[in-house]
Amino acid sequence: MNIVVAMKQIPDLQQVRIRNRQPVFEDVPYTLGNIDKNALEAGVALKEALDAKLIVVSAGNEELEDTIKEALAAGADEAYLVIDDSLDNIASDTSATLIAAAIKKIDDVGIILFGEGSGDNYSGQVASRVAEILELPEVGYAKEIELNGQSLRVTRSLEESEELVEVELPTVITVVSEINEARIPAVTQILKAGKKPKEVVSPHELEIAIGSVQVTTLSNLAPETDRKQIVVKSVDELVKALTTEGLIGR
Amino acid sequence: MAGILIYSDKTPYALELVTAGQIVAKDLGLPLQAVSINDADQAVELGKRVEVYKIANDDINLADTAAVASALKQTAEQVSANIILLSSNRRGKEVAGRLAQSLQAGCLSDVNSFTINSGKIECSRNALGGATVAVQQIETANQVIAIMPKAFEKAPEGSGSLHELTVEVRPRIKVLEVKPKAGDSVDIEAADILVAVGQGLENQGDLAKVEAIAKALGGEVACSKPIATDKKWLSEERIIGLSGKKCKPSLAIVMGISGQVQFTVGIRDAKTIVAVNNDENADIMRMADYIMVADLEDVLPELIQALS
Repeated sequence: MNIVVAMKQIPDLQQVRIRNRQPVFEDVPYTLGNIDKNALEAGVALKEALDAKLIVVSAGNEELEDTIKEALAAGADEAYLVIDDSLDNIASDTSATLIAAAIKKIDDVGIILFGEGSGDNYSGQVASRVAEILELPEVGYAKEIELNGQSLRVTRSLEESEELVEVELPTVITVVSEINEARIPAVTQILKAGKKPKEVVSPHELEIAIGSVQVTTLSNLAPETDRKQIVVKSVDELVKALTTEGLIGR
Repeated sequence: MAGILIYSDKTPYALELVTAGQIVAKDLGLPLQAVSINDADQAVELGKRVEVYKIANDDINLADTAAVASALKQTAEQVSANIILLSSNRRGKEVAGRLAQSLQAGCLSDVNSFTINSGKIECSRNALGGATVAVQQIETANQVIAIMPKAFEKAPEGSGSLHELTVEVRPRIKVLEVKPKAGDSVDIEAADILVAVGQGLENQGDLAKVEAIAKALGGEVACSKPIATDKKWLSEERIIGLSGKKCKPSLAIVMGISGQVQFTVGIRDAKTIVAVNNDENADIMRMADYIMVADLEDVLPELIQALS
């Protein structure tokens, strides 16, 4: 069986600066989303238990071949990459179309893993869209995945409850960060991982039509903060100020 | 076909969606309808406010996203709706993507607010991990918009009607067990005062002092994510931020939290923010009304004394 983990190349958000309320992406390196790394780690655990192959699937611009090495170093056996210069900052529906088409090219896929949301946009649509395109069941927000013959028992974490569900393979699963602690590969491992098998295709080779734009962005600015910025030297001074404002001691 | 359809698995959120839907309906001149799935009480509540279609079908389990999305698609077709408003809780978000795909619709999730401009719904949602707020609009005729819980007030009772609707789905997920999350039923979103702590709090023993301060202020204790998920000192219900709660208290006292955007997105709507940190350059200081550079070890006992 093959297990697929779908990962997204995103700008390293820790390095995105805000200038005049605008995000600045200059010189910001790409990385993989944090929750995607939890999905990969869950894939490694399942791969070992099932004696399966773990294939990372991703779509992005030309930097992706380099970015994906981290996933190969952290336990993926192979990569299937859809690469094109136009695939920069792609919309959820396009992303889902590409990922689903790539998965269709891989034989005997039993489990498709995603993070519950990407590190940058966090819209949480792609896994659900892929499941719909591939006509597969899906189980979102998994915090535990347990093998049970030809099916999986998954504990999903909702806001107020946990739900243990059973689903037949093949299936799509999204994970929450609590599911595991993702390993961080050493730099030497990442360099070595460059040698692992990689298949790189263009969107054209997948023979899919990318639809017209579904969502347009009118603006994307840091929220304005208008704070008093008063420095207080002691607890007494603070308590006095808050009392004067009527915030405490009412 | 044109019309608005609302759905949430949770009745309070469904009632908030009625409010949001009424705004869209009025501005775009479209009919507003609601659907409830296997929840007779919700159907009755919605029926006091809006035209509601009630689905009762044992094949649909709410855990089965494919089934719920299919039921909603069939409903949209039967009632001629092209704008679907869902709640952006976990179930709602999961359904949103699937429903959007099946309707060939553009989709926006985690929408905090919207305005209507030239017939388009301009939605605001956090982007770049919360660093920015993006204003986006869907260009397709079919639209799926998932709205954050508590972004709108619940709609008061008005006039409505209750109808039945039949859909067919193929169940694919079996629910074996449902259990409530462990013990802590605190609602930090409802608290007027929050005392939030992060990794600057070095000793778990000092939590008692933090609790004493919160109690003296009539507030609740909250925290940054690592305190709950890594250290497990507090429950996940108390996490503020992108992967926790978005809070709007009158007063937030934020102690030992550096202020990464993943945290601040959950507290930036507080009316007054007090930041206590031993690092005067911490990001949190830039978004605070009151700034105090000090060690928590010293501040905690002093605060308890000052407030008692």
